[in-house]
Amino acid sequence: MDENDIIERRTCISGVGQSDIGRRLFRDPLDLTLDGCIAAIEHAGLTTADIDGVSTYPGPMGTPAGFSGAGAYDVMDALRLKCGWYGSGLETSGQLGSVINACLAVASGLANHVLCFRSVYEGSAQGAKGRAAVMPGGGGDVASAFKASGFMEWNLPFAAPSAAIWIGMFAQRHFHQYGTTREQLAWIALNARRNAEVNPTAIYRDPMSFDDYMAARMISSPFCLYDCDVPCDGATAVIVSRRDMAKDLRNPPLRVEAVGSRIDGRPSWDQFDDLSTMANRGAGKQVWERTEYKPADVQMAQLYDGFSWLTMSWLEALGLCGIGESGPFIEGGTRIARDGQLPLNTHGGQLSAGRLHGYGFLHEGATQMWGEAGDRQIAKPPEVGMIAAGGGNTCGCLLLVRE
Amino acid sequence: MPDVEATAVPFRILPKLTDWNRDFWTAGARGELRFWRCQDCGFYIHPPQPICPTCLSKNMKTEAVSGDATLATFSVNHQPWMPGPELPYIVAIIEIVEQPSLRLTTNLVNCAPDDARVEMPVRVTFELHPDPDGDIYIPLFEPRA
Repeated sequence: MDENDIIERRTCISGVGQSDIGRRLFRDPLDLTLDGCIAAIEHAGLTTADIDGVSTYPGPMGTPAGFSGAGAYDVMDALRLKCGWYGSGLETSGQLGSVINACLAVASGLANHVLCFRSVYEGSAQGAKGRAAVMPGGGGDVASAFKASGFMEWNLPFAAPSAAIWIGMFAQRHFHQYGTTREQLAWIALNARRNAEVNPTAIYRDPMSFDDYMAARMISSPFCLYDCDVPCDGATAVIVSRRDMAKDLRNPPLRVEAVGSRIDGRPSWDQFDDLSTMANRGAGKQVWERTEYKPADVQMAQLYDGFSWLTMSWLEALGLCGIGESGPFIEGGTRIARDGQLPLNTHGGQLSAGRLHGYGFLHEGATQMWGEAGDRQIAKPPEVGMIAAGGGNTCGCLLLVRE
Repeated sequence: MPDVEATAVPFRILPKLTDWNRDFWTAGARGELRFWRCQDCGFYIHPPQPICPTCLSKNMKTEAVSGDATLATFSVNHQPWMPGPELPYIVAIIEIVEQPSLRLTTNLVNCAPDDARVEMPVRVTFELHPDPDGDIYIPLFEPRA
């Protein structure tokens, strides 16, 4: 592939920001979103007058409750942004698909500085009823006349409304094919908690032991409670800038060396051809086809953990370990610790730091690469970092290199 | 011949019937599990789509399969996501023996959670849900000797 074809390389991450994050903040969702957006703009050393593009995932959505705190138009109007390009949508390469879209818009000259954001208030939306309150037909107030249609037609009649079940089935298949165990899976959650202990914005910061993990109640096998991320409220924003315009900004540009957006199977949760992997199989291959860097060059990985096994799936899909070998790779937690060969989910992931839905990993990766991670900082700020988000039929990744 | 379970039926969210899915959800009345099948190349299609993805023919109709399948994977669910089902229950993805890519999410029934095994042989059984819009026969799967 010609260097000129890899147009995402004309772009960089120039700033990141976050709103307050909490289990339940009961804040106005747009208000919270704007806090994250303004923090990112200021962190990049820009003003709202510089922002000429907006990208978000998934865009305005009323259900599931709390899944989308604001759409692109909401933010564009509130900040009176004049945009050469903007967009949102759920049907893209995971949450980071919205960042990839921004890179392509910037690289093609439609915009110079695109504000990308992801905003959730799933914590507040649950109210007092717990997670069941936001499930389709959940919360004990099902109207008997409700009938499932569309995508949910094929799982609601089987009492399978949750991604915990859908992804649990992928994990079970992986356990069967490769001998993966809960004792191995535990280390995704334990590593996350260890990192969250030193992250002041994380939701769960109390130490968790291996025995705590093994004794937790089961949700959907092989997942126990600690394999499931924690709904929260919070907005994360990042700025995608033209690299040649970012050199004099506040932060060293984090070059978007390559992106992975491919899906090479059916865009479905239960119809994918190989149930031991996911759409990340395609994205993980594509990113390495677009760069001279190799998996061994990655100094830090921030890999989605909406459910713990997804991180293992990403490790394999990205070639950071062999196919089927993620269990032994993470076992014991030494390799993936902050001082290990591949520091992983250094903020605590979504399991302990809160379900900021994909963007939290990009925020953390950039923060580490800029050496701004405080007590949880990797001793030598990584120059090369892999960021990946999503599961099932919605997966995307970014390889970042600090200039 | 598959059985029809008509006793102690748990609450379920039922599908909204359309011309595309009616045979799938109602043919259990005749003890049949039916899928759309391309009449030109023989490919089974699920969930229903208006074209054969293999040969792009639109010459399709529904046909019954044997009801025999293989358990591709499963999850023993302990979490009360919705009112109704007795806990724990097993959600599974099964592959129909006639065409391994012909899959569906379902429940594994008449099987203790500890006895579920990936790749075990299973067969269809139907659970009747009388409904004013048309009686629904949910296709569930149970161990096959």
